[in-house]
Amino acid sequence: MSLKTRIIPCLDVKDGRTVKGVNFVDLKDAGDPVALAKAYDAQGADELCFLDITASHEGRGTLMDIVSATAEQCFMPLTVGGGVRSAEDMVALLRAGADKVAINSAAVADPDVISRCAAKAGAQAVVVAIDARRVGDHWEIFTHGGRKETGINAVEFARLAEQKGAGEILLTSMDKDGTKSGYDIPLLKAVTSAVNVPVVASGGAGSVDDMPPAVLEGGATAVLAASIFHFGEATVADARRALSEAGAPVRPL
Amino acid sequence: MSAAMSHVALIDYGSGNLHSAGRALRAAANLAGTPHEIRITHSPADILSAERIVLPGVGHFADCAAGLRAQPGVVEALEEACLKGSRPFLGICVGMQLLADTGLEDGTTPGLGWIKGEVSRIQPGEGFRVPHMGWNGLSFASEPPHPVLQDLGEDPHVYFTHSYAFTAKDPASIAATVGYGAEAITAAVAQDNLFGTQFHPEKSQRVGMRLLANFLTWTPK
Repeated sequence: MSLKTRIIPCLDVKDGRTVKGVNFVDLKDAGDPVALAKAYDAQGADELCFLDITASHEGRGTLMDIVSATAEQCFMPLTVGGGVRSAEDMVALLRAGADKVAINSAAVADPDVISRCAAKAGAQAVVVAIDARRVGDHWEIFTHGGRKETGINAVEFARLAEQKGAGEILLTSMDKDGTKSGYDIPLLKAVTSAVNVPVVASGGAGSVDDMPPAVLEGGATAVLAASIFHFGEATVADARRALSEAGAPVRPL
Repeated sequence: MSAAMSHVALIDYGSGNLHSAGRALRAAANLAGTPHEIRITHSPADILSAERIVLPGVGHFADCAAGLRAQPGVVEALEEACLKGSRPFLGICVGMQLLADTGLEDGTTPGLGWIKGEVSRIQPGEGFRVPHMGWNGLSFASEPPHPVLQDLGEDPHVYFTHSYAFTAKDPASIAATVGYGAEAITAAVAQDNLFGTQFHPEKSQRVGMRLLANFLTWTPK
């Protein structure tokens, strides 16, 4: 028995609708995040991630409804992120049905937010999302969808996040995101060897064949992907097969 | 069974997974074909009249213990129903850990002391990350397994997310373990009418639903 590699489809939600094209043959309304979540549940996803990219505060109330409606029908782990500023925001999402909440900009602005969230909900519920881009010989954190440079060293920040009580790191390579050229293995290696909490690889998956290196070389314990699943290029079962054939442990279904 | 006795008391003491557990139990009642009402409550009267009791839990042992004790009369009602009475009880994650004598998360905190043992930080060793987070396979302590663990399918995997685990004083109170690094971690405990899972059945898809349905139809010996 061993812990299995998690395969995590990620849904970007804006004003209550999923964005990025979704191409599921048997789905009538691909913009409905709850319908999509159900489809991934049926495919045997190991976890789901909702990232709210709604700009306005008002639009965010709908996220709570989505989480709640999803948790009503999908009995699987849910990670929710986007616009979470405080331990109170986090608790509200957990009560709605999220199991883990990802914090990003707020944690970068004030790392003590991580401690407050962990004290309130336990470290296992606190995911710190790090968006990193290579600058010279190291990686730096960018916030606001990768537009805002912070000058903060991403690997050092991951270590700090762990000290402050993060239970997981969701690591997105801004260099790789959207390129479909594979996960950023050197970045993953740098972060997974710096921390002892689980690290989720994100950004760059072009096919399921990109997943095994993220785990076997990069040290990730989970792989997150959006477009390859949404566009129907691959199913969760395809990802499971690719990982298994390469020697990464997966959940038998 | 009388209508007044058909509800399951799901204890509300501020735990984050309360509603997830409630939704899953309702779905499991459908699956099991039982008429249970899943009643989210912190009323001692609801606990005393319940047919079954579920204690959810997530986060810190100390926080959860304090939260539970802050509910007037709840611990007393639980003891009346589950220790003096023999109402089937299910504890989930920290709700299971609270059955221990003590928790060692951020100091020493007394638990309910219903099953002898303590809750301490897992030490899986080099190369194993903490929290133990994700899907892992169950090893049953007996064959056939405990009734709540039956018919889960071949090589059942369930969802774990924890940094602390139950070390039972009496190995007979362990119903299942999970392999993670240096030693086997307690995955489920059982003693008479008490059952508890370290993992989250409410988040373990088909396997978790089956387990909850089993709990709803379980008649302890």
